Amino acid sequence: MSLDIPLEANTCHKDVPAPLRARASSVRALRVTNPNLTQTSNQILSNGEMARLLKAVASDRSIEAFEALFRFYAPRVRSFMAMKTGDRQVAEELMQETMVSVWNKAEQFDPERGNVSAWIFTIARNIRIDFYRRRRPSFDPQDPAFVTDDVPSADVAFEQVQDAALLRQAMATLPPDQLDVLKRAFFDDVSHSTIASELGLPLGTVKSRIRLAFEKLRAALEGRR
Amino acid sequence: MKINHHLSDELLLDYAAGNLTEGWSLVMATHMALCPSCRRRLSAMEGAAGALLEKVEPHDVPEDSWARMKQRLEGIRIEEVKPKPAAPQKDALVFPEPLRSYVGADLADVKWQALGLGAYHLRIETADPTTQVRLLRIPAGKPVPEHTHVGKELTLVLSGSFYDGDELFGRGDVEEADDSLLHTPKASPGEDCVCLAVTEAPLKFSSWIVRLIQPILKI
Repeated sequence: MSLDIPLEANTCHKDVPAPLRARASSVRALRVTNPNLTQTSNQILSNGEMARLLKAVASDRSIEAFEALFRFYAPRVRSFMAMKTGDRQVAEELMQETMVSVWNKAEQFDPERGNVSAWIFTIARNIRIDFYRRRRPSFDPQDPAFVTDDVPSADVAFEQVQDAALLRQAMATLPPDQLDVLKRAFFDDVSHSTIASELGLPLGTVKSRIRLAFEKLRAALEGRR
Repeated sequence: MKINHHLSDELLLDYAAGNLTEGWSLVMATHMALCPSCRRRLSAMEGAAGALLEKVEPHDVPEDSWARMKQRLEGIRIEEVKPKPAAPQKDALVFPEPLRSYVGADLADVKWQALGLGAYHLRIETADPTTQVRLLRIPAGKPVPEHTHVGKELTLVLSGSFYDGDELFGRGDVEEADDSLLHTPKASPGEDCVCLAVTEAPLKFSSWIVRLIQPILKI
């Protein structure tokens, strides 16, 4: 496996004190032992690459593959956790919990049901929910009363590989006000009615931004068929 | 089963983001157990969240972060995930999970409490103080007086059906209602209608069926 990505220092989060920043990047430079397996956290891995790394974790317990995933996702999951908790220590612990869970559950990742980033998001989300001692009941695909989808799974699998790139493209075209609402919902962990009051907007305006955003994303995903 | 009434984008987004309380999540998850279409929409939203996660400004992780992680991984033995033994195949379960576990029974074994006039309910216990969740059984053909809602309500049909104006709500359909909606639901003739309803908690008996009975029972 090789990831031909140039090594460069990470862009640090803006609230990291400068001395820490300097130390972190010099240490990182020293610790790089196998350039083929290390990439900067700024380089977005392709969906196929991520799925391949995760598969190597699942089938071979490959620590190298997991390290590549960790280098990419840990700074992002940590950022995600810090947005809600506002506490760097807690963010670090929740990030560690998330990544341990990724390691433990790698075999359960089903590329037919989504891409790696979406899967890791759901793990991080659930760990954040547990941290706040909330409950979020969910459906159980093993339940005999569960109504299965009649779309053939082979087609879905093929489409999902395309999905990640298409979704990224489509997200890039969303107007800032729509993107802002999605970010607040996913990262700040607040409901759409809270977003409306935070922004001082009528509830209907926030609802229509959400609907317009997802109409656009769905159209982008359906456009490829 | 053809589901015609689905969850709104804004509620699905709240569920995908994990910021709904237990009561709302229970009704939504029970709907999604019956509705592949809403599950696909949920997946798309989680995909959007994944795409945003990739683009988020990365936090610099502490220098010992990977070392700590590696050390933890060495102590972990992966247990093989064994497929769960299939639940005893009963014919035609009416309540899917997660509802069935919350009730502790399927429809046939619900310990209904009479509300009078042939209507029944069962309060479902959750750890969520902000909502009330109930199963309701509305007698076939019973009309409900016009009313508006104080606060939000989400109603999922599990058995039988009801009409609200010209709209028919059958098994799997959900109706989202809020203060602005004036509606006149009526159970379809021929069969009792069993629904799962969540409402905001501060209200007393805010479910429409309970409000129907309320003046008569003086509760």
